[in-house]
Amino acid sequence: MKARVHVMLKTGVLDPQGEAVRHALGSLGFDGVEGVRQGKVIELDLTETDKSKAEAAVKDMCEKLLANTVIESYSVEIA
Amino acid sequence: MHAAVVVFPGSNCDRDMQVAFEAAGAKVSMVWHKDTDLPQGVDVVGVPGGFSFGDYLRCGAIAANSPICRAVKGHAEKGGYVLGICNGFQVLCETGLLPGTLLRNAKLKYICKAIDLKVETTDSAYTSGYGQGDEITIPIAHHDGNYFADDETIAALEDQNRVAFRYMDNPNGSLNDIAGILSDNRRVLGMMPHPERMADPVHGNTQGSILFSSLVGELQSA
Repeated sequence: MKARVHVMLKTGVLDPQGEAVRHALGSLGFDGVEGVRQGKVIELDLTETDKSKAEAAVKDMCEKLLANTVIESYSVEIA
Repeated sequence: MHAAVVVFPGSNCDRDMQVAFEAAGAKVSMVWHKDTDLPQGVDVVGVPGGFSFGDYLRCGAIAANSPICRAVKGHAEKGGYVLGICNGFQVLCETGLLPGTLLRNAKLKYICKAIDLKVETTDSAYTSGYGQGDEITIPIAHHDGNYFADDETIAALEDQNRVAFRYMDNPNGSLNDIAGILSDNRRVLGMMPHPERMADPVHGNTQGSILFSSLVGELQSA
């Protein structure tokens, strides 16, 4: 079973990297980009075969390591 | 006074920290990240600067979950002293021993230079040797030193006089110009600047050595 975790900075936390990307897009002539937020995607290969157990385990991994919940939110997709 | 300095793969200020502690009169043991216990009788644990685990995932995140960090957490929870410098500060935030976290510098640049700090409180074993409001020059060397916490946490740090050092000219976007903070029992200090790099006359000044001598002095007399 595969899991995909999206980790994003929470709303309100300054994302200087996203801002730098936004400026670069503007200088390439891409007008109309009002905001850019940069995050991470983490893919996991799991031996677990039960979807709800896998989801619970991955959420635990997010809380303990994959995300810093002071500044980041996460979402989990199980496939 | 017995200090332990933690060594992670990628630590690069561990020996400088050892030298600074020894110069202040401490006995120092180096401990490896895979160790599960601190040596008997350790008074203070130093978590050094560097790039532990290559800064993978987030600065300090993997180090914070290493076996030795469980022991460091236990030591702090029993009232032990812990000093985290630079990457060590990032590790302590990731372990939850200190609130908040350190984001990428606001201007996205790695900054390595001596900067001016103000000593904001002398009410800690680390800062008792300074004068209130002293201005000191200490180097920084980081890419992720932009201190961030929610409004409530920042207000609590300010109300409880837990900001140990503040930047005179904020280099990295840190909220409230915060360069170093104390835990609520004032025994855990995390700071981005490197006092161990201003601890010997050949470094240019010795203002950083005051931190180590204050700490060693207070713990020896305790």
